[in-house]
Amino acid sequence: MSDLIPILVAKYNYWLYIVLMMIGLYAMIAKNNLVKKLVGMNIFQTSIILFYVSIGCKKGATIPIIQHGMAAGHHAIDPSHYVNPLPHVLMLTAIVVSVSTFGVALALAIKTYHQYKTLEEDEILARLRPR
Amino acid sequence: MNDHYPALLIISPLLFAFLVSGMAWIRKGLCYPLALVGSGLCTWFSVRLLADVLQKGVVQYRLGGWETPWGIGYHVDTLNGMVLAVVSVLAFINLVATRRSVSAEFPEKEGAFYTLYLLFIVGLVGMVVTGDLFNLYVLLEVASLTSYALIALGGPRAPLASLNYLFMGTIGGCFYLLGVGYLYIMTGSLNMADVASLLPGIYSSTAIWAAFTFCMVGIGIKMAFFPLHGWLPNAYTFAPSSVSSLMAPLMTKVMVYVMIRLMLSVFTIDFTFSVLSLGTAMVWLSILAIVTGALLALAQKNLKRMFCYIIVSEIGYMVGGAWLGNAAGMTGAILHILNDALMTICLFLTAANVHYRISGLELHQLRGLFHRMPLTMACFVAAGLSIIGVPPTCGFFSKWYLITGALQAGQYGFVAALLFSSLVNVILFFRVIEISYYGDMQHPHGHGSPAGPRTEAPATMLAPLLIVSAGLVIIGVYTGTIVTTVIDPIIPATLVR
Repeated sequence: MSDLIPILVAKYNYWLYIVLMMIGLYAMIAKNNLVKKLVGMNIFQTSIILFYVSIGCKKGATIPIIQHGMAAGHHAIDPSHYVNPLPHVLMLTAIVVSVSTFGVALALAIKTYHQYKTLEEDEILARLRPR
Repeated sequence: MNDHYPALLIISPLLFAFLVSGMAWIRKGLCYPLALVGSGLCTWFSVRLLADVLQKGVVQYRLGGWETPWGIGYHVDTLNGMVLAVVSVLAFINLVATRRSVSAEFPEKEGAFYTLYLLFIVGLVGMVVTGDLFNLYVLLEVASLTSYALIALGGPRAPLASLNYLFMGTIGGCFYLLGVGYLYIMTGSLNMADVASLLPGIYSSTAIWAAFTFCMVGIGIKMAFFPLHGWLPNAYTFAPSSVSSLMAPLMTKVMVYVMIRLMLSVFTIDFTFSVLSLGTAMVWLSILAIVTGALLALAQKNLKRMFCYIIVSEIGYMVGGAWLGNAAGMTGAILHILNDALMTICLFLTAANVHYRISGLELHQLRGLFHRMPLTMACFVAAGLSIIGVPPTCGFFSKWYLITGALQAGQYGFVAALLFSSLVNVILFFRVIEISYYGDMQHPHGHGSPAGPRTEAPATMLAPLLIVSAGLVIIGVYTGTIVTTVIDPIIPATLVR
């Protein structure tokens, strides 16, 4: 038990995203309402975005803008002073993807609602079953 | 211009997608010709690119002139040259073939449909051509998003089926992204070749194992590998016929290509087969996929649904072949990507033609079809023979390589599964042939018009189908050439011959 606590504390960001991801997966699998499933999907995607953002982070680092570039001539830059910008840039794209997925999913949910007049999955399935 | 084929390949359908969506407001009649031009340009560039690759070897392309580990690089060798040509040519053929059924099924949405169609091609082609792990994720999502929308254009049950596909597909895409994240933590690079050169020192790290597992599970969902196949049958059955004949042959095959690409050039052969030693487990999983796919296909009463379960079982062939861990198995898997794309498009185009005429694909509705649509059904028989694996058609040769590989690896279960599914396919296809050939004699007083007049599908739908089914035999005859020129150069030397 005493070994476990340092592991939990030292990598708390990873544990946090695992918990978020499981919440999202649980909602997608276990919830009955289609909109709740969609919200679960969004939580799931967001957890991965948080994971990526946290891997670019460094303690005591600043934003990756070199203040005296250009005319100041060449001088050594210590990468440990700057946050890694690449994962953050990648996540801009991933956020766009997740937003558009959410949009398409909402449109499909609306179409489903117009058809069955309900968003509860068990009611839809009951209606689909041949009588 | 010659040097820019890899970029033009993606840019031309992308630009034409915007043109088509704009044209939908101005003149609807021009949407289809524009889509045809966009897809045609993509086909032309990809065929030229394949010719280039065969002549001069691997093509490296740097987008915007940035050097590869920092910028995004496109990397084309004979493996993706072949897949590129297959994807773009089949998408073009399908565009021509399904023109009539598109205007019959959703006349008011043609502009939107052709825009999505071109964007779907962009996604698939981009996924194949790219040499960057994150770029692959983005294009994967482009292809997936357009496919959700295209499937939802179908009949009354299509939106719900598409929504289920969306849930599964998003989980798959996110798992892949997570795997890429682990790779990025360990290597600090997203370029496939760069990652491959950085990995060997850290193979024993559990993070790499986690990355591999997440990537494979994600791709497994997207390609409908057996336990994760739940979304496929509904989505492809309820999709409009023009969409299912586009998506069924291409989407799953491209995902198999991505899996093989990851195995060969990101994680490399050493890691996949020596360090992980997952080979036997994956082959057993694919045996399960083949057998269950075949048995479930047997239980279906709808033609398109039956084809869907055949795809599930064919995915098992390819995954199993790739994981056998020897050159023959890998050759069989790569060859089967080409062959299965051809066979599946042939089946689904037949379904589209039949649907166009009799608007129903339940097996009992197919009675007397041989008298009504003899040419379409002849193509159906050709595709059936190819899936069963009768020698002059291409299906036989990939199965031959797969069985050779399985015998070399000592995986007798895989051989048995291949033979079993061939036998089940015999039953499946001959049942359909029996219903549609002899159906009328058994039910002379059945409802509907018995042995009605010949109502063959229109020529624009029939000609592409005939070309594709001729392709089945032509590819079969030239299998030897294809294997020596296209597939042999990409099989790594470290694989057991």
